[in-house]
Amino acid sequence: MAAFFSPFISKPDSVAQIMLKVLLALLPGIAMYVWYFGPAILVSLTLASITALATEAAMLKLRNRPVAPFLKDNSALLTGWLLALSIPPLAPWWLVVVGTAFCIAVAKHLYGGLGNNPFNPAMIGYAVLIISFPVQMTHWLTPHGLGTTELTFADQLAYIFSSTLPEGVKLDAITMATPLDNLKTHLHLDEHVSDILNMPIYGRLAGQGSEMVAWGFLLGGAYLLASRIISWHIPAVYLGTLFAIAGVFHLVDPAHYVTPLFHWFSGAAMIGAFFILTDPITSPTTHKGKLVFAAGAGLLTYLIRVYGGFPDGMAFATLLMNICVPLIDTYTQPPVFGKKDGVSGNKEKH
Amino acid sequence: MRTLHQFHGGVHPPTNKAQSTRTPIAVAPLPSKLVIPFHQHVGNIAKPLVQAGDRVLKGQMIGRPQDGLSSAVHASTSGTVVSIEMDVVAHASGLPDLCAIIVPDGKDEWVPLQGLDYRSASADEVRSALRMAGVVGLGGATFPSDLKLRSGKSKVKTLVLNGAECEPYITCDDMLMRERAAEIIRGAEIMRHVLGAEEVLIGIEDNKPEAIAAMQQAAATSTDHMEVIAVPTLYPGGGAKQLIRVLTGIEVAAGVRSTELGVQCFNVATALSTYRAIQLGEPLLSRIVTVTGNISDAQNFEVLIGTPVNELVALAGVLPDTRHYIMGGPMMGIPLPAATVSVVKATNCIIAASDKLFPPAPPAMPCIRCTRCADVCPAELQPQDLYWFAKAKEFGKAQDYHLFDCIECGACSYVCPSHIPLVQYYRFAKSEIWARENDKKAADIARERHDYRQYRIEREKQEKAEKLAAKEKAALAAKEAQTADGTPAADNAAQQKIQEALALAKQQAAAAKPQNTEQLTPQQQAEIADIEARRARIHEIAQSHVEHPKE
Ligand code: SF4
Ligand code: SF4
Repeated sequence: MAAFFSPFISKPDSVAQIMLKVLLALLPGIAMYVWYFGPAILVSLTLASITALATEAAMLKLRNRPVAPFLKDNSALLTGWLLALSIPPLAPWWLVVVGTAFCIAVAKHLYGGLGNNPFNPAMIGYAVLIISFPVQMTHWLTPHGLGTTELTFADQLAYIFSSTLPEGVKLDAITMATPLDNLKTHLHLDEHVSDILNMPIYGRLAGQGSEMVAWGFLLGGAYLLASRIISWHIPAVYLGTLFAIAGVFHLVDPAHYVTPLFHWFSGAAMIGAFFILTDPITSPTTHKGKLVFAAGAGLLTYLIRVYGGFPDGMAFATLLMNICVPLIDTYTQPPVFGKKDGVSGNKEKH
Repeated sequence: MRTLHQFHGGVHPPTNKAQSTRTPIAVAPLPSKLVIPFHQHVGNIAKPLVQAGDRVLKGQMIGRPQDGLSSAVHASTSGTVVSIEMDVVAHASGLPDLCAIIVPDGKDEWVPLQGLDYRSASADEVRSALRMAGVVGLGGATFPSDLKLRSGKSKVKTLVLNGAECEPYITCDDMLMRERAAEIIRGAEIMRHVLGAEEVLIGIEDNKPEAIAAMQQAAATSTDHMEVIAVPTLYPGGGAKQLIRVLTGIEVAAGVRSTELGVQCFNVATALSTYRAIQLGEPLLSRIVTVTGNISDAQNFEVLIGTPVNELVALAGVLPDTRHYIMGGPMMGIPLPAATVSVVKATNCIIAASDKLFPPAPPAMPCIRCTRCADVCPAELQPQDLYWFAKAKEFGKAQDYHLFDCIECGACSYVCPSHIPLVQYYRFAKSEIWARENDKKAADIARERHDYRQYRIEREKQEKAEKLAAKEKAALAAKEAQTADGTPAADNAAQQKIQEALALAKQQAAAAKPQNTEQLTPQQQAEIADIEARRARIHEIAQSHVEHPKE
């Protein structure tokens, strides 16, 4: 007889559904990406999806786990998508494949698979790629209307799969540094923020095009909040901390420190706030813990962006805070029913 | 208007109550036989007073309460005791227990009844009458009511009457309040009087407007201070701790008696039984049972204790694809070991379960730490951590994380997107801890003995050596000086060393003692017995529960 015990009913919900909703929430950002940077990102998303599922299946087989239920849980897809969205769309095909395979095989399965990985797998993949292949990781596409030439979709495909460009087109003409990278370089040359931001690659708040992608992720994040997939704690405190620190620096020295909004809408801040830091598996479980975790990540993101060796700090901030999760959880255990101070009836229990 | 408080979490499972409230309570006819367990309450089994062949009258005591925590058991109708035997009973353990089998004679002939004027009687007399009438908590907990009518050191200010009935499907209290509100209020008056409480707060979930209206009307006839309060529908708002919290703001922590905080809580059906037991002298012989689920005419019945479940469900038209029966609700109920078990005092509801109505849960996935479980936990625990510790058999950690504050409400399992049978893990962990405690107590005694024995052997060796040495010395001395001397002081020294060794052993034992299982309330102690019984079965389930079942 099948085990039969209470509760005999359960809410119709599943891991697969939750992950699916997160994937859906990424769509507005992806749409913006395609609009401003062309369809190359769809190629990397496809490559990442295929690699993620194949690696997941292979690892499950190796680890002697049932393949179908886990393959259907959509978690591998999500990891693949998050990685694809954090590396340059024009990166060679093998970069996406190697990165994704590493995320799933090492960062996820070698740590025990779904639910057991201490680090965000996508961010591990990103960190490995940026350290191992720093050059390929800088081939960011120039948004529509900024470059001297633009690649057709066929050209993009050709470049991704065989690293060949059309006759007479130089890589420099179609790629550029990210706004955060560009800003850092020019600040090092002692230029003033106001002058730097006059360059054509900057838009209203941050990078031309990329700021719109960030809006897309913000929209998706709002959907996740509204459908209670995530709670407000991490995104609000992360963005709040980033805003506060950036605000203080900006107020004190606006010539050398950009606005807080620039930080919000550049790099991986938005996608990180709603999609990466909120990964339940690698973030704290207590409410208080989430606040500490998010504030720490916000602070680290800012410090790495401004003082660190990498243009964006989101990935490393996430990984550093991931390490602290068990400790944060241990020290932020909330009091249980009947054992709180200040509730009548708990006087003698302290 | 009273300001209500909130408890943390809670869930809104589909209520499924409409099916069984369409018709009034029906009286179930006399069954072909009655199977009456002697152990239907928390505490000690009642001592059988009858033998096979005895003729019994309706209301005759057939089991006498033994020791403090116990309650009486009665014949629910007149007839003949055909045997006293071990039978499968409606209990989570699924284990057989001692039962009286009575074949009714159809006459329904009563023993003479004698009521009690509770206003002139002493509180002890009232309590004793309740004990002898077998009145226990009818919300499902079956704790002897006489023991709950005792205030502790502090005075009980508030009597809470629980008519919340938050579990899906169950409507027996709802129908009882609609139809017999006056008797419930009379019972509440008796309880208030015995406790010396100032006020009676009657909490009913706001999805029962008819019951609220009926109770309000009845409460208005009382000279006591009574308030009927509609509370928000939210599972498990009918848990005693949760209802007390909502109505008074007081949180009764695990292991604390609510009376110490000035509150006591009874189910509405218990109030009615109290009224009948005291005012009319009528023992607890029947109760209202909701028969619902995979049933053509779901409804409530007034059922004699001991009525076999299969005879009861047949009255309501059980559908052919029924596979199991659940006693209680779908959140906290227990699967009945067989359809032949009988209705007991704890049976508030029988749900016929089919695979269509209660599809088996999909295979469990790993925990993704989404904390949906923590968000709904009324005890404000971290169920995902408890699960982790229970699974890893880190029971000490589980206790640190307040495992024993878990009320097993099932809200966490209900929402878990990974479909992990969380409550089952907690039951397993609790029973393992009880078992280890018991083992440890035995081990402590054994160790003390062992330490003592080791010490004695050592001491004897040493004494022998000393004697030998002394002898040699004496011989030597005698040889030298021709004088010898005994040393009776050695005995004293040896005694002292034994004491020291024992004290050390005790200290070590105390240092190794796990937390949280000392100072148990009688209820918890009684639960240990229950849990012990369930242990074997749960162990099996937990062991065989594979997280990633092979396809
Ligand atoms: S609801 Fe289930 S999956 Fe989510 S944290 Fe709790 S146990 Fe884990
Ligand atoms: S069963 Fe225990 S852990 Fe789960 S929600 Fe209820 S009280 Fe909390």
